[in-house]
Amino acid sequence: MSEKTKLGIIVGAFLAAYYVPWAHPLVRQSGLEAFMMLQEYAREHVLTCLIPAFFIAGAISVFVSQASVLKYFGPQAKKILSYSVASVSGSILAVCSCTVLPLFAGIYMRGAGIGPASAFLYSGPAINVLAIVMTAKVLGWKLGLARAVGAVLFAFLVGIMMAVLFRKEEQQRSAGNIYVPDSEEGDRGILKEGIYMLNLVLILIFAAFARPQDPSSIVWNAIFSAKWYVTAGLTITLGLILKSWFRQDELKTWVEATWGFMKQIFPLLGAGVLVAGFMLGRPGHQALIPEQYIQNLLGGNSLGANLFASVAGALMYFATLTEVPILQGLMGSGMGNGPALALLLAGPALSLPNMIVIAKVMGLKKALAFIITIVILSTIAGMIYGAINP
Amino acid sequence: MDVKVLGPGCPKCQQTEKIVLEAVQEMGLNVNVEKVKDIKQIASYGVFGTPAVVINGEVKSVGKVPTKDEVKGWLQKVQ
Repeated sequence: MSEKTKLGIIVGAFLAAYYVPWAHPLVRQSGLEAFMMLQEYAREHVLTCLIPAFFIAGAISVFVSQASVLKYFGPQAKKILSYSVASVSGSILAVCSCTVLPLFAGIYMRGAGIGPASAFLYSGPAINVLAIVMTAKVLGWKLGLARAVGAVLFAFLVGIMMAVLFRKEEQQRSAGNIYVPDSEEGDRGILKEGIYMLNLVLILIFAAFARPQDPSSIVWNAIFSAKWYVTAGLTITLGLILKSWFRQDELKTWVEATWGFMKQIFPLLGAGVLVAGFMLGRPGHQALIPEQYIQNLLGGNSLGANLFASVAGALMYFATLTEVPILQGLMGSGMGNGPALALLLAGPALSLPNMIVIAKVMGLKKALAFIITIVILSTIAGMIYGAINP
Repeated sequence: MDVKVLGPGCPKCQQTEKIVLEAVQEMGLNVNVEKVKDIKQIASYGVFGTPAVVINGEVKSVGKVPTKDEVKGWLQKVQ
């Protein structure tokens, strides 16, 4: 953070403290909503969902070999493989901001070209494991699933579109050596690593298992009542796995990576929840922005509402995961399902600051094509989802 | 000698820069360590990941923070 930003934050906080009419009943109500929403997250989502998800993200960044994926982005790689890998690899490569933009620029300028590069650029932030898990937990599994499927599909489509639109320029790219990170030798083998990852994911699923809505469903209720025993059993298994298959220093890097994510994301998410609570309130509670506005702009499933959600999402900057509380507030105030998905698909992948970097690497014309493609696709996806799930 | 640290300014890149600077200092070399932050310039070296260290135009490490001894080894070789 530069000194100027710090000054900006302090001045902003001062002006807010000075001028906001804190005694006004509406502002009091909004302030209360902000902390009620923070409490809801602290009680419902942090221990059972976020913490396990952070450990998974840490494990992915440390134990999944990135080099094995990167070879599919080289200039000689088969095109269809490049696209497929680019569309899903966001989930393992984009856990650190150090990776996304340099890797995008590398693929574009030296590697497999504009198509796979665009696919990766989209999929990176959109298929983040943390984001998908959090969406499913807070906003429901349907939206979480739609987000995951939509993001993979979009990455593929956006990549193909870009490659078709700019196929002529493609041939003039400079060739040259590429350097990928060294692969760390995995001495455990894929099976053991797979079991370890599966164990982590199962802990997350069982710990976060929600009370079934339908009390007559025997299977779900049985799982629900046994969830803590299963979670405890899985945690013991995890302990055994860690003790017998992993070296001490590996565990240390794992914990360090997890701690790195927590440090980065928790403060931002907390601030995001407070802002969303203050502006929009919990579902069913009034806060600063009147629900009427939200319903008019984003309610239902009209073309206008979906388009507005896509464009707003594309321009806004969401710090990692903050899209979830904001969307929760919006949906509680009357935003439709379709526009919600449109915002989720256009939002995290695009923002004004990253558009500027994209334009610098690809040029204005291609950057615009990339952005417009995403906005159009998100709008369409929102309309379809809203029609199925009114 | 020409030493460059490529990275857009993430924590790992700053760590790498610090290690390289320390290595240079401890070996008593008089070289300028250049920090390359521009994404386009970084990509022009063909690196698929940052932080990366480039010495005399040759890519030495990609996508990880090197240890000080590694850096000293590279510096010794080109010296």
